[in-house]
Amino acid sequence: MATTEADDLRSGGVLDASSKRLRREQLRLLVRSRTFKAGAAILLVWIVCAVFGGLFRPYNPLAQNLLNINQPPSARHLFGTDNLGRDVLSRVIIGSRDILVIAPLATVLGTVLGTVLGLLQGFYRGAVDAITGRVVEAFLALPVVIVAFLFIVAVGPSEASLIIVIGFAFGLVISRTVRTAVLQERELDYVAAARLRGEGAVHTMFVEVLPNILAPIIVEFTVRLGYAIFAVATLSFLGFGVRPPTPDWGADIAANAQYLAAGYWWETLFSALAIASLITGINLIGDSIESVIIQ
Amino acid sequence: MTLALPAETSPTPQDRHTLEVDHLDVAYTVRGNDRLTLRDISFRIGQQESFGLVGESGCGKSTTVQAITRYLPRNGRVTAGSITMGGRDVMSMGPEGLRRLRAREVSVVYQEPGRALNPSMRIGRQVAEVFEIMGSPRKEAMERAGHALRTVQIADPGRVIRAYPHQLSGGMLQRVVIAMAIAVEPSLLVLDEPTTALDATVEAEVLDLVSGLREQFNTAVLFISHNLAVIAKMCDRVGVMYAGEIVEQGAAQEVFDDPRHPYTVGLLRCVPRRGHRKDHDRLDSIPGFLPSPGEVPTGCVFATRCALADDRCRSETPAMEDVGGARASRCFKHEEAPALPRATPADVAMRSGRTSSEPVIRVEHVSKTYSARGESVRALVDVNLELYPGETLGVVGESGCGKTTLARVLLGLTAPDEGSVVEISGQRVAPTAARRGRDELRLLQIVFQNPDAALNRRHSVRHIVGRTLTKLAGLDGEEREERLIDIVRSVRMEPRHLPMRPAQLSGGLKQRVAIARAFAGQPAVLVCDEPTSALDVSVQAAILNLLVDLQSREQVTYVFISHDLGVVRYLSDRIAVLYLGRIMEYGPAESVFAGPHHPYTEALLSAVPTLDGTGRERIRLEGDIPSPADPPSGCVFHTRCPRRLADGTCETVEPPLREVEPGKVMRCHLPLDELGRLEEQGASSRSSDDRGHEVGPHAVDHDVEVVGGLDP
Amino acid sequence: MGKYLLERLGLAVLTLVLLSMIVFVAGQVLPGNPGRAILGHFASQSAVAALNRQLGLDKPLPVQYWDWISRFAQGNLGRSYQYSAPVSQFLWPALGRSLELAVVAFVIVVPLSILGGVTAALNRGKAIDRIISIAGLSLATVPEFVSGIVLIVIFAIELEWLPVDAQSQGSFFTVLPSLILPAIALVFVLFGYIARMARAGTVEALDSDYVRTATLKGLPRRTVVFRHVLRNSLLPTITVIATQTGYLIGGLVVIETLFNYQGIGRLIYDAALSKDFPMLEAGILVIGVVYLLATLIADVLYTVLNPRLRLQGAE
Repeated sequence: MATTEADDLRSGGVLDASSKRLRREQLRLLVRSRTFKAGAAILLVWIVCAVFGGLFRPYNPLAQNLLNINQPPSARHLFGTDNLGRDVLSRVIIGSRDILVIAPLATVLGTVLGTVLGLLQGFYRGAVDAITGRVVEAFLALPVVIVAFLFIVAVGPSEASLIIVIGFAFGLVISRTVRTAVLQERELDYVAAARLRGEGAVHTMFVEVLPNILAPIIVEFTVRLGYAIFAVATLSFLGFGVRPPTPDWGADIAANAQYLAAGYWWETLFSALAIASLITGINLIGDSIESVIIQ
Repeated sequence: MTLALPAETSPTPQDRHTLEVDHLDVAYTVRGNDRLTLRDISFRIGQQESFGLVGESGCGKSTTVQAITRYLPRNGRVTAGSITMGGRDVMSMGPEGLRRLRAREVSVVYQEPGRALNPSMRIGRQVAEVFEIMGSPRKEAMERAGHALRTVQIADPGRVIRAYPHQLSGGMLQRVVIAMAIAVEPSLLVLDEPTTALDATVEAEVLDLVSGLREQFNTAVLFISHNLAVIAKMCDRVGVMYAGEIVEQGAAQEVFDDPRHPYTVGLLRCVPRRGHRKDHDRLDSIPGFLPSPGEVPTGCVFATRCALADDRCRSETPAMEDVGGARASRCFKHEEAPALPRATPADVAMRSGRTSSEPVIRVEHVSKTYSARGESVRALVDVNLELYPGETLGVVGESGCGKTTLARVLLGLTAPDEGSVVEISGQRVAPTAARRGRDELRLLQIVFQNPDAALNRRHSVRHIVGRTLTKLAGLDGEEREERLIDIVRSVRMEPRHLPMRPAQLSGGLKQRVAIARAFAGQPAVLVCDEPTSALDVSVQAAILNLLVDLQSREQVTYVFISHDLGVVRYLSDRIAVLYLGRIMEYGPAESVFAGPHHPYTEALLSAVPTLDGTGRERIRLEGDIPSPADPPSGCVFHTRCPRRLADGTCETVEPPLREVEPGKVMRCHLPLDELGRLEEQGASSRSSDDRGHEVGPHAVDHDVEVVGGLDP
Repeated sequence: MGKYLLERLGLAVLTLVLLSMIVFVAGQVLPGNPGRAILGHFASQSAVAALNRQLGLDKPLPVQYWDWISRFAQGNLGRSYQYSAPVSQFLWPALGRSLELAVVAFVIVVPLSILGGVTAALNRGKAIDRIISIAGLSLATVPEFVSGIVLIVIFAIELEWLPVDAQSQGSFFTVLPSLILPAIALVFVLFGYIARMARAGTVEALDSDYVRTATLKGLPRRTVVFRHVLRNSLLPTITVIATQTGYLIGGLVVIETLFNYQGIGRLIYDAALSKDFPMLEAGILVIGVVYLLATLIADVLYTVLNPRLRLQGAE
């Protein structure tokens, strides 16, 4: 009975998009987009500097040469020298190291924390949501930099405290996004269907709901990565991050800003451009990912 | 090679046409590629004529409206053909000409009245704008706005003028939109699914209003709908659209009575008609699938799904051919079309009826009260039901009637009030799913309305069905695999579908997966919550056939919730009619449809447009459905009841459910012999209460009473 | 509406209490030994213990918190370690100066970014849209101290149009020229975000059914845009602007340091460097209050302007 129907199903009803193909298509679109290419190129340059910079930096970034201070860019020192006679180019190259370790780790921490917190809030709603929601709200009443300030001063500055403080603050921000997404998802009938076959809360949260909210989480991750660079650089600039004499863009700018008035612009400008380019690169990548996975 | 369109035979003289569309092609640009969405669309609308375009989703009917009003999406454009309105070429108009055309000549009413009005402006101001464009000073425009609202039978224009859109009901808003549209007496009124988002009784009122206004203003009408019966009621002539083409065109009644294109023939056969029942008739279905958007097949667009198609159909594109009587069909074999072979055999092998004297599910004193912000909403009030194995209960009602709440309460997705009892096979089950054991969960399952939401889009078919087998049937390993393949085959799918994800499947296949999941635990009772409302009529027919087959094989009991009386009547052994959370009438299907009816049932039945147009006297309800948060006193239906007692009993005393016939109960003060009996009056005409000649998805879920936030 | 606003106010107070607990924990509990912090490395153990007792640090934490917060509630912000003077003496003038700078920044950024966002939306997909969007995105990603430095190099050092340092003393109008550069650095960060939200809101309104209705009524494009699009699209932007005050204050810390301006950001920064916890705590609490007030005002505005919320329960 109804053999005709079955026959037809054999020929059609399947849309032209297997999941693998869809993912490959997305990847292809991503890789082909100019925004992504530009962003990836910038990021790659800095990653190469951070990992292999030791091999091609022209000078030792810590080597002072007091006979050769505040030299403008020249053939010998492409980016000039700073007030201690150190080679600015070498410092900019090696300065990428700490920030490229601290910011991604903080973002990963924040994303994991935010995802779990957001899932719990969106899933249990009620009292759990109300209480954690208020605490998150209270934290978010303060700018991340100031929260970071308060806690870093309290526990003492170090790479680990930077990662924890920024990761924690971002976790709270990300939890808002995740919570909103969960609240939307949980109204869908597939969640009801899971309840009706007796699935527990953990399964429903992590196996049913989580895979469906990965897209906003990925987007949030890339956006936060940009902000993490921003935050680490700012805190270093303010003296709460990487400490001198270790080369660091933010700290170097702080150290040399006072010489700006004397016209020694190269001592700060190149580090400033380095920060700007790194953040821009990450944002370009984030933007292209967003436009591909959220249509 | 395309023939000129046959001359019109409508009652009015057709020297000049209000609208002429000639060989219109529209393409959308998607990722740099042109997708031809409309092909060779030609039709004319004479002065004062009403013309309908009908078709399933994706056929291009709304694109046609957008093209005519020059409001295509940014990536769409007309690639060929012409549009002429009142003798002027619409395509060549500049911005100012176009603006003037929209201001004076053509008005449009769309599907969702709730979104069609500016949420931050008062109604009066928005209506007045129409007159300001025409040059009225502001004060005069306001006065004329009040007048316009009276024209659409708004009883209290003063209040409506000062209201913001969110303060008015959908039916009222659609009247406002119609008032704006008709206010300037345009020569063409375009209505694009104007009642699809409305409830049946409200829809009936709005359709009557449109008919009345048409006579009053002598306006030509272009009416777009997926609902064949609405088109039959509202239009002189009709064009049937399929995959971007008009495949058949002619006088509406003739096209529906004697279709001459295989698609129209198949479509009409998919619709459950009066007298059709699951135990002695099987719906026909249209095999195959709609071509994907932009795909231009060689030959006839319908050839791949047509049992009559031959080599010529597959290689040569048919033009509109005159088939006599001012009709045209885009088919080489239009003469054979009425004899199109069935795609699904008509005979049914049904094990029918009740096989046990023990009820499989019993619902006693089930109530549900939502409370939020100090307000309490009684979504269900003391519902009692009893069903036997293999039976189908049809639950019908409009927005806020509580039908979805009933489904959620049965399943334990929403906890009912204290004292509510749900028993399965004599065993009382826990009030919430979380507290139900595996067997209790297994015995009661559901097919949701929208398979896109009901299936996890990140999971494969194998995971979706297999996980249910593990959890509810307790199977694993080889045993599970075997059963998985069995179940997938039983919903007429193939093992090759197992690794696929929902996004790869068509709407009909997705709903099959949902059905497979529901059957995985071998349930005793299956709740079907509008399972075909999101589907086109040709897909609906196949799903209904599948549900009937599975029921007869598994002896499962269905609780079938639907706003579509035609579908309910086709499937159901018993009917429960709900209004504002109360059962108004409950009894055997034949008896409920035969009458005497509860006044609300009567109104529902008569609100539904009919295909043959030989309408009986229609019962019109006053006003809108009251809010369940603030139900009327006495009988909750008294505010709209045309038969309410003069002595005021209905206003003060809530009638009890009383048994009026063996097995049939009714909540009404009136004696039985004063109640209406629609079937007898209409018994001579062939299908006087056909409902649901709908060929497209019902875009909106009517039930609004389940608000997520209220769920504890 | 009144009920809603009351509810909203209650939530703001609750948030404030939680915020104070966070500040208390960070400022009073985490650092460990304030006595040691105040007296320095060379003080004797007994002197430190005595000071801790004097500060009430031997009491249980809830009692300490209660003492601490009730002191604040009475307007006593405590004594600064570094200046050995009342915190309020420094805090309020600094707050006033920061608000002056913030006002200048907002006066520039709000009209500019809304104009930018709306222009981009109305020209969706065209070059101007891309330019505004990309410019906004790029500016928002550059830390204030970077853009600040670039601004200083160009406008203060090369062109010598504006001073390098922002003046802290003097009336608003005499210091105004020196506030322009720091304000612009803040504007850079805020512009992209506000413009993006304004653009998104406008695009949504443009695609809405009611704009379709208005267009098909035959209204001129100008009327459609001003009466139907902007009225609905700019409403959510109010909330966005309010939440930006938070980021603005974060930016102030950096900008005030860079431009050597004696505002609250600089004050907190100096307090943090010298571990002046009373000053730091008071400053952060004040910033939290300013932020909560700003969002509260925005919510009230939003409620008053949005008929949906305004008329709730009034029917």
